[in-house]
Amino acid sequence: MDWYPLWNSLRIAAVSTVVIFFLGIFAAYYVAKLPRLIKGVLDVILTLPLVLPPTVVGYFLLRLLGPKRTVGLWFLEMFDLRLTMVWYSAIFASAVVAFPLMYRTARGAFEAFDKNLAYAGQTLGRSNTWIFWRVRMPCCKQGIIAGTVLAFARALGEYGATSMIAGYTPGKTATISTTVYQLWRTGDDAGAMRWVLVNLGISAVVLLAVNMLEKKDKRPRRRVEAVSEGVD
Amino acid sequence: MSLLVDIKKDFGRFRLDAHFEAESGAVTGLLGASGCGKSVTLKCVAGIEKPDSGRIVLDGRVLFDSEKRIDLTPQQRRVGYLFQNYALFPNMTLAQNIAVGVRDRSKRREMVERLVKSFYLEGCEHKYPRQLSGGQQQRTALARILASEPEVLMLDEPFSALDSYLKWQVELELADLLDKFPGPVLFVTHDRDEVHRLCSRVCVLDSGRAQGVQGVMELFNSPRTLSACLLSGCKNVSRARRVSEHRLEAADWQTELETALPMPEELAYVGIRAHFVKPVDGPGPNRLKCRVERVVTEAFSTVVMMSTQGGSEGYARLRMELPQERWEALGGPRELWAELSPGDLLPLTRD
Repeated sequence: MDWYPLWNSLRIAAVSTVVIFFLGIFAAYYVAKLPRLIKGVLDVILTLPLVLPPTVVGYFLLRLLGPKRTVGLWFLEMFDLRLTMVWYSAIFASAVVAFPLMYRTARGAFEAFDKNLAYAGQTLGRSNTWIFWRVRMPCCKQGIIAGTVLAFARALGEYGATSMIAGYTPGKTATISTTVYQLWRTGDDAGAMRWVLVNLGISAVVLLAVNMLEKKDKRPRRRVEAVSEGVD
Repeated sequence: MSLLVDIKKDFGRFRLDAHFEAESGAVTGLLGASGCGKSVTLKCVAGIEKPDSGRIVLDGRVLFDSEKRIDLTPQQRRVGYLFQNYALFPNMTLAQNIAVGVRDRSKRREMVERLVKSFYLEGCEHKYPRQLSGGQQQRTALARILASEPEVLMLDEPFSALDSYLKWQVELELADLLDKFPGPVLFVTHDRDEVHRLCSRVCVLDSGRAQGVQGVMELFNSPRTLSACLLSGCKNVSRARRVSEHRLEAADWQTELETALPMPEELAYVGIRAHFVKPVDGPGPNRLKCRVERVVTEAFSTVVMMSTQGGSEGYARLRMELPQERWEALGGPRELWAELSPGDLLPLTRD
């Protein structure tokens, strides 16, 4: 069995998750601070990919990144780089589709965060950057990890937008989900079944991880001995 | 050293208009009902909220001045703020929490050790905030604040998160600390007893408006305004009209009364504390015929709710508090005469 689709799916999902992690947290942090009206509008725009059919997302991506479109043309001329129909094209698709999951979970966690903790840090003379990384992020850790895992799972399973922007080329752009469809279409029922089982296994592990994170006892196990450890 | 606050901020729902000065080495209480702008005032001083206009000056150092466009960050202000829920960082141990406050890194270890000792927190250094008792949490938060060497201390309802049986002990400890603190202390509360025990000066805040700083004894003996009177715990208030310098007409009690305190021109209300209302045997000056509506027995005293003549039945307008034995000795009358002596009446103005 050719394991290329598994490896390709994993690297696509991994790269998009890293991108989404930072973008999602960044968006969540700043959108939460905005005035209500702008917040509402931005919230709709940032959540839209979650409810849109993936083919619509794929359509927009092709209009933007296609070799004859603005961004796609520019990249082709400047760097001689194609943005569609190559393995990393699928990163755009899965990143856009999975982004709202990270953004919304992180925002929920930030909104539940006790503002007084941030204020206390400020009056004690600590910088806002310190407060963000040493207080806000650790306190919102569970929500952020849950969002990351969900985003990773969604990115791994992306099909619609991926098939439009990356297509299916065996050994090049094939992912698990596009392979399942391709094998089924060509009558290889057993082959499709194998990939279905792989997919089921990965999804089950991911959901199990999310559940365990939610149930996990919040008490930290590590005893911190040094007084100043973890303060800077 | 002193803290001068003169700020205005419009919240739509209400306008904050706070003007007061807090002296060094003294505890100044900010007394008001919940939602009157006490916490917001502290947040403005700390730099967490920005006033629309005004000035905040700490010992000659301008923290905020809307005209000169000065607005220091909370980090620059050196203001110690004890939050209602203490705001300890849950992801850090007690010692780490205190260490956060120490600005000079080389002194950190030594300072944390000293503060842990002086706040009786030895043995808890490696515990997390949720593993500490309410009193320990408060001491940790105070130690963390003192570690940052603030020039002013602000306490926002410091006992509201504590069980009542813990309160007394924690309050005694806090009183010691407040005595030693060299700078000004602002103490926000809605509890008149806390003001009485811990503060030397008090400023009453009523729906966003500060009514000026006065001595604590003055607030209890001769509150000037209706809200100050109610906040100082007075339960009996009637609308009133000035008749002469020492006579007034109490509209809700339907009677004329003599007062020892001279009445202001703009007299609007008159008040008397429940334990100053005395049962007497017959009519006379400053005496009212009352009908007993309800009797409530408390731990050591009896509260009698009474309606006065002219008042509708069932609507108690006068509340009398007296020792249980004293009430039992009266034999549970349906009607009685109550005396409001001139020396106990508090003439009040509208706010």
